[in-house]
Amino acid sequence: MYITFDPGGCRCSPATLLTSSVWHTVPHQGRDMDCDRSLHFRAWTWLLLLVALNDSEASSDLNKSTNSTAQPDPNVRFAAASTEPDEKIAVFALDYDYVQIPYEVTLWILLASLAKIGFHLYHRLPGFMPESCLLIIVGALVGAIIFGTDHKSPPVMDSSIYFLYLLPPIVLEGGYFMPTRPFFENIGSILWWAGLGALINAFGIGLSLYLICQIKAFGLGDVNLLQNLLFGSLISAVDPVAVLAVFEEARVNEPLYMMIFGEALLNDGISVVLYNILIAFTKMHKFEDIEPVDILAGCARFIIVGVGGVFFGVIFGFISAFITRFTQNISAIEPLIVFMFSYLSYLVAETLYLSGILAITACAVTMKKYVEENVSQTSYTTIKYFMKMLSSVSETLIFIFMGVSTVGKNHDWNWAFICFTLVFCQIWRAISVFALFYVSNQFRTFPFSIKDQCIIFYSGVRGAGSFSLAFLLPLSLFPRKKMFVTATLVVIYFTVFIQGITIGPLVRYLDVKKTNKKESINEELHIRLMDHLKAGIEDVCGQWSHYQVRDKFKKFDHRYLRKILIRKNLPKSSIVSLYKKLEMKQAIEMVETGMLTSTAFSISNQAQRIQGTKRLSPEDVESMKDILTHNMYQVRQRTLSYNKYSLKPRSSEKQAKEILIRRQNTLRESMRKGHSLPWGKPAGTKNIRYLSFPYSNPQSSRRSMRAAEFTDYDGSDSELLSVMFNPHSCTGSLQERRCAQEFIPMKSLHRAGKPSNFSFQINTSQNQDVVGGRRMALRSQPFFHVVREEYESGEESEEDSVIRSRWSVEHRHSRDYQKSHSPLLHRK
Amino acid sequence: MGSGSSHTATIPDLDDIRRETGFSQASLLRLYRRFRTLDQNKKGYLSRTDLEQIGALAVNPLGDRIIDSFFPDGNLKVDFAGFVRVLAHFRPIEEEDTGNQDPKEPEPLNSRMNKLRFAFQLYDLDRDGKISRQEMLQVLRLMVGVQVTEEQLESITDRTVQEADEDGDGAVSFHEFAKSLEKMNIEQKMSIRILK
Repeated sequence: MYITFDPGGCRCSPATLLTSSVWHTVPHQGRDMDCDRSLHFRAWTWLLLLVALNDSEASSDLNKSTNSTAQPDPNVRFAAASTEPDEKIAVFALDYDYVQIPYEVTLWILLASLAKIGFHLYHRLPGFMPESCLLIIVGALVGAIIFGTDHKSPPVMDSSIYFLYLLPPIVLEGGYFMPTRPFFENIGSILWWAGLGALINAFGIGLSLYLICQIKAFGLGDVNLLQNLLFGSLISAVDPVAVLAVFEEARVNEPLYMMIFGEALLNDGISVVLYNILIAFTKMHKFEDIEPVDILAGCARFIIVGVGGVFFGVIFGFISAFITRFTQNISAIEPLIVFMFSYLSYLVAETLYLSGILAITACAVTMKKYVEENVSQTSYTTIKYFMKMLSSVSETLIFIFMGVSTVGKNHDWNWAFICFTLVFCQIWRAISVFALFYVSNQFRTFPFSIKDQCIIFYSGVRGAGSFSLAFLLPLSLFPRKKMFVTATLVVIYFTVFIQGITIGPLVRYLDVKKTNKKESINEELHIRLMDHLKAGIEDVCGQWSHYQVRDKFKKFDHRYLRKILIRKNLPKSSIVSLYKKLEMKQAIEMVETGMLTSTAFSISNQAQRIQGTKRLSPEDVESMKDILTHNMYQVRQRTLSYNKYSLKPRSSEKQAKEILIRRQNTLRESMRKGHSLPWGKPAGTKNIRYLSFPYSNPQSSRRSMRAAEFTDYDGSDSELLSVMFNPHSCTGSLQERRCAQEFIPMKSLHRAGKPSNFSFQINTSQNQDVVGGRRMALRSQPFFHVVREEYESGEESEEDSVIRSRWSVEHRHSRDYQKSHSPLLHRK
Repeated sequence: MGSGSSHTATIPDLDDIRRETGFSQASLLRLYRRFRTLDQNKKGYLSRTDLEQIGALAVNPLGDRIIDSFFPDGNLKVDFAGFVRVLAHFRPIEEEDTGNQDPKEPEPLNSRMNKLRFAFQLYDLDRDGKISRQEMLQVLRLMVGVQVTEEQLESITDRTVQEADEDGDGAVSFHEFAKSLEKMNIEQKMSIRILK
């Protein structure tokens, strides 16, 4: 990744001379920390080398000796040996120069990854401090090692490397994972806050520091206004997303979440734009020569840069979405298209001196919606993970740089400047938060409370962005660059560690007034029930959008954009695409494992059978509470949980599947009984085959599993997950009626009777005994997996293939499978 | 949802509804819009299937019961008044509600007691005024993952009923239910911010 090749003489000890001459080049030109850091690794490689050399020596000796003794033609060999040139041809040689740079970079990244693994192994740690803390510590450690063994000058990260290679992945990831709907709902507030906030912070801090610099006592007289403003702009770049993971558990409400996210997103872009403009100013004139017209030009430039960047990003987003429309048959290049176009948007914007960051953000946001629907399942996963990986790598490297440059002699410690920087950062952030939100609250229907504002204020954690910008200040224009770097580092350390660690408790404190730890089981159950109830009612109420614009955009989107950008034969609903991500295999596994596992329980079952009054010991109560807490379903989170450093595991999907399956079954069972749900549909007009899981052979259990996923109870359009099977089955179904997505009354589903069906019928009492040892953990109530094998197909032979092919419809990537069954299917 | 399609004049019985539920005009307007969106075929009322279209409810463990609560007494339809009546239970309690309580008027729908009653009816399916052990077990089953065994569930149910049951009849009456939750901040738990 580092292409600055600077083979300065390595000042390491001779022992490492062999390998470190090029080692040295990796971006820390002038500083041989790598030589020393590499000592650590060199130790291993030396060992390896020694062993290898020994081996080779030994083997060559062995060769010679065998040559001389056992060979039928020793002379030839001897001759060959003796005619070798003076230097031996090494049987085993090492070529470090060749792999130097990638080798070192890989080792660094591995080191950081190992540290992250360790970080997550201890469960409580991620909730305790943000992950950027960890990265900084790793970097500092590396720097300390290097520093401890040799005194070197600071490392240098090239400006072009940072801007061209390290920054885009980070920004792309931010833009891609941003939840668009809440973003656009709050876009007014977000733009107001992020834009103006960054400006206020930058200029406020810059000006205050300039005033401080005027005070002769601090010896900062040589720092002029422009430099201070520049410093202010780079120090105001916050990275609050890093702390989101810390207070994730406290249910931060959605608008607040979006504000923080949006701020992080736009903040980088604005800082960089400001930074570049101010650098241009600095290069241009001395301060005194700057006229008002220049300032106006600067402002105009700011706006143009921002808007232009967004414009280009959107265009590229559309282009890439359009292209993914045609990549059905070569799905392997889909991630490539996504990444290349995003990167291209960045580069094009940079070419025109527009804001590449905003461009790539806009590209990601635009393209996400359409691309997600177009690409295959595996490409979708690939894109997500690869993006995370890239951004993770970039950020790791930046933090390592930061850590390395912390430990060193290249600091210019000026107490006044640093302390005042810290103070002013906090003050100006507080001012901007409270002032701006006061204003925007007037226009919001649901204003932000003071608590929310405090959280926003406190989440002003600086990150890698500030450090990079400080690091890349051109020394020629900024003679006191070291001081700036030092101050930046101090601010980052302070905010990341102190604020990052304390924000969790703060949020929890603000959120939860009284935590009654001694909740009885009763309370726990009821609380959870109420949470679910509340979430459900919220869903009934729906999202209230206030913007006509959004509705209009949706219409426009539906009518035109989607037609152009999305592939032809896709179902229309967005929930459908969510469903696609539930995989059948997982569902089967879940059922199978669900049946076979049982959680350890301390109470002996028989003894505690329900008989009037019985007292349970406290430990039993505790274990019960444990079971409840661990096994109760999570309430559906309206706020999306975004973790910058990892992709959330799919526990919510698993939960959703369980719930869905359970619902299907209860509904079917009650349908069969013809009661409890006031649907008024007669239950007996069809022959339903009942299969219970443990009893079925794998084939039919698979079938029943699938059928359990298909529900055919009423539902016309496709918002309902279960009903959404219909559109899927539509694309491959036999029935035009189905495709029309009408109401499908249950009673119409009828299949030619199969008397043998009923031989499988097992009712409750038998069920219990039959299951026996195998825990039918699902339910013991009458619970049948109704197999809907009729799909008006009327034909048995086709039924397997129908179901199989219908399942294949679910999997976008097994489209070919579906095609093979096309004779049976009427594709809509 | 076209712009300006819902006018207050089109909402039937607006004043009665407002008095009964305590919603503001703006909220009622929004709710009406939502009602109309949910009402697929513009029937003027919501049927069960309309509510089942809400995808998020399908993955809510209590989704069915929540939907049931909109259709009391076995109705098959719910009109706007009924719709709003249910949602009124979740209106945040404001200070002036409790302050100016006229003793003669019925409790507002979003009072603590009424909220609790609403929750109670989620448990008590047969509407006998008590949560029997069986009903508690059913609810527990709904809310817990598949790994928990039947015995565990039963034990937990027993414990739950036992804790709340004061008169020893093996079931939890509404009074006992309310008493077991007296320390909880029901007003906050069962209020939705946007329903002002």
